[in-house]
Amino acid sequence: MARFILPFVIFMIVATFLYVGLGLNPREVPSPLVGKPAPEFSLPQLYEPDKQLSLQDMKGQVWLFNVWASWCTACEYEHPLFMELSRRNTVPIYGMNYKDKPEDAKAWLRRHGNPYTLVVSDAEGRVGIDYGVYGVPETYLIDKQGVIRYKRIGGVTEKDLSETILPLVKELQAK
Amino acid sequence: MRYLLIALLCLLPVFAHAGEATDMAADPVLEKRMIGLAENLRCLVCQNESLASSHSGLAEDLRREVREQMQKGLSDQEIIDYLVSRYGDFVLYDPPVKKTTWVLWYGPFVLLLAGAGTLVYQLRKRKSQIPEAELSAEETQRAAELLNETAESPNQPKDPQA
Repeated sequence: MARFILPFVIFMIVATFLYVGLGLNPREVPSPLVGKPAPEFSLPQLYEPDKQLSLQDMKGQVWLFNVWASWCTACEYEHPLFMELSRRNTVPIYGMNYKDKPEDAKAWLRRHGNPYTLVVSDAEGRVGIDYGVYGVPETYLIDKQGVIRYKRIGGVTEKDLSETILPLVKELQAK
Repeated sequence: MRYLLIALLCLLPVFAHAGEATDMAADPVLEKRMIGLAENLRCLVCQNESLASSHSGLAEDLRREVREQMQKGLSDQEIIDYLVSRYGDFVLYDPPVKKTTWVLWYGPFVLLLAGAGTLVYQLRKRKSQIPEAELSAEETQRAAELLNETAESPNQPKDPQA
């Protein structure tokens, strides 16, 4: 009997690991930026390209930084959540339009609504590299001191918002 | 003559500006160095491709970034550190040895040792389990007869037909 138990136990361990592995998302790379100061940037605004927005302008407030593009289909799925969030006025959302044409970006916002306090354009994706962007959409939560507290690669879900992002926003705003 | 020379000198910047941002192919040494570095970096969009071979937009941007940093005079290690600080160790195809990668680096050796240990243990156990065969007096005699038989006529075939 003991002869069968050991191989069975080994089989179960391997099977468990493989099963858990199936459910993991290889695209979710842990970001080294969480807990670090957000990289400086100064980018032209989408609607007023001669005006710049820089990281310094957001100091002193907790804000969400959402990287999106009109060519990104996953952005359409998370967008209603940001629309809803902007209506509640709990946390300002700044958008970074990543590697996109301004006219496409504006048309996209006309169609889907604009939840952003301000939108900046990163047409060449340089600031994107500084922020470690590789899978749009990506969303950062940045605190009053300008430190990245949370990063979501891929679309934000309702669960992320209610269970992680909003409690964290509350906590950071109270600080 | 002097004025002509000055006039020519004034024209120099016009010729110096040969074109927009030096074409990368124009500096094959740098391009080679960039490719060499990029081959050991992972493209994050198509994760099984290196940064050197990928055609994704992000890979192109990152190659541009690497080129520009090389032109600024940064060393390979500084550029790698820059990318790791943004994308994590995941961009490296050759992950560094540290606490979180111990299993990755030493795991196979641990498994090898465990396997060898189990093998030695099993062999020892089996040896102690097989008892030395005791021969009875009759068997000893028979064995001796067989040995003598072959010793006396080693080359003679037993079978007459052969």
